[in-house]
Amino acid sequence: MAEPLFTPEEQKKFDAGIAEIISHYPPDRKSAGMLPALRLLQEIKGWLPQEGLRLVAKHLEVTPERAYEVASFYVMYHLKKPGKYVIDVCTNLSCSLWGAEKMLAYLEEKLGLKAGEANEKFTLRETECLASCGTAPCLQINEDHHESLTRAKLDAILAKLS
Amino acid sequence: MASTAKAIDPIISAAWGKPQSWTLDSYKKRGGYEGLKKALEMAPAAIIDEVKKSNLRGRGGAGFPTGLKWSFVPKDSPKPKYLAVNGDESEPGTFKDRYILEDDPHMMLEGIAIASYALGVHTCYVYLRGEFKFPAQRCQAAIDEAYKAGIFGKKLMGKDYELNVYLVRGAGAYICGEETALLESLEGKKGWPRLKPPFPAVVGLFGSPTVVNNVETLASVPHVFTGGADWYAKLGTDKSGGTRLVCLSGTVNRPGVYEVSMHTTISELIFDDKYGRGMPAGRKVKAVIPGGSSAPVLGADELDVAMEFEALKVKQTMAGSGGVIVMDDATCMVRSLWRVARFYAEESCGQCTPCREGTPWQTRLLRKIEEGRGEPGDVEMLSNVAASIAPYPPIGLGNTICALGDAAALPTHSFLMRFKDEFEAHIREKRCPFGDKPWGSFGDWS
Repeated sequence: MAEPLFTPEEQKKFDAGIAEIISHYPPDRKSAGMLPALRLLQEIKGWLPQEGLRLVAKHLEVTPERAYEVASFYVMYHLKKPGKYVIDVCTNLSCSLWGAEKMLAYLEEKLGLKAGEANEKFTLRETECLASCGTAPCLQINEDHHESLTRAKLDAILAKLS
Repeated sequence: MASTAKAIDPIISAAWGKPQSWTLDSYKKRGGYEGLKKALEMAPAAIIDEVKKSNLRGRGGAGFPTGLKWSFVPKDSPKPKYLAVNGDESEPGTFKDRYILEDDPHMMLEGIAIASYALGVHTCYVYLRGEFKFPAQRCQAAIDEAYKAGIFGKKLMGKDYELNVYLVRGAGAYICGEETALLESLEGKKGWPRLKPPFPAVVGLFGSPTVVNNVETLASVPHVFTGGADWYAKLGTDKSGGTRLVCLSGTVNRPGVYEVSMHTTISELIFDDKYGRGMPAGRKVKAVIPGGSSAPVLGADELDVAMEFEALKVKQTMAGSGGVIVMDDATCMVRSLWRVARFYAEESCGQCTPCREGTPWQTRLLRKIEEGRGEPGDVEMLSNVAASIAPYPPIGLGNTICALGDAAALPTHSFLMRFKDEFEAHIREKRCPFGDKPWGSFGDWS
């Protein structure tokens, strides 16, 4: 028998979260809760397994294809299990003017990964503007924002990731 | 340079950096929610008139008059009406709304309450870009405080008027900052823009009348009521009331968000002691993007222009979202445009062919030129590809459903118009003339 998607504790969190999300929309518009529901699933599981997409779709009364369509459109949803730490490096213009391309090259060397690659511990991605242009260069690690980066600062941040 | 720029008292950014500025207690001590109190004593139509009189224009990019936008909502519609707050701040060079959300979210919430009451809205969705984890936490905490204090909920500050405000986070798609794509996303779909008309004011969220306003626009609204529309209008120019937040980034000594008078010029913003404090030692300005990455670039001799919608329009560019990106004379313009073009290729939603096909084509051509593989005819080809997405000028009449096509083509047109020699030099010399240091003074990250 296949493993259940959620532990009892996760199930409780999912059920409460879905109920809260649906309550924010008109009763005949449950499907509007798709983005927050996918975020909830990803918060619990770390990514979006197919079984989870089917479950979200069922709660929101849409087809699983619709859930997949939305999940595959937005870059923050992980349809494959990512590394424990997802590092998004902004290389847009303002960040590049402050050396973001070199920062990315430094990270690639240090982690032994090219942008777009992943291992169990890290997923390294080049991302678009993170709204830190005045405190460039910047990156996010699992949605936590780090800005005005230098080599020393970046080394210190990475050293804390177990 | 000693300060010559017209001094203003900040109104939006006044409390930033002060202890606990994001709390309800701090906001109330500064006179917060007094604007709402005044508005609640007025008839909804009078509130809209007051906003019209203030000359407040949308701060998200298009600069559309806010009161006029509000007046498009049909009063006799039997459907529920909605307010959607556009906090999907993703335009490269723009980072102002983040500060409002982090440092003074109640100012925006007060604007939401005033707008909702004026428009007959009982449900508001605050849509923040997915990457804004911390701003979302601050904003949600402020919403919770407002419910607890009886500002939101069954009674709007004691008045028999229900208002519910919900925060929704996007999931990483620049296109969702376009108002109809934002509505699609709010409806739980991929962010594909809708054809207009119908406009959201008539057919918006769930097919109902909907106003979409930017975070800074709504944060400006309370001041129209605390200071009065006439006072607010006089802060700005004839056609643009109030102050505005400008985001300064790139090769300048002191990047940051500054609240400025609409009369402040780009030159003052870069060089004045109050703002950018000039260029790095020995460097000169080469180019400036004045309103977020989609705004046509200006050359160094065009900077004596006010950071205001009409003035920048005369220069065939845009005040846009207030994102000013400075490039010094050590910056390669081909590489800069390549970076901008890559952004639009990455963020194109793929719905319209000219944008879906044209944006990667631009990117490939620019990469080829930057890497010294450019051939005669590539510059003309690049110009033609951009023109097939959106001709230049005019601004805003591209071949695509939404303005992302314009946004992708305008930088190309303007870079080629002002810096064509540099593109041709790359092709002639079969290399980047800036070698491995194409990124200006701060390129050596350390």
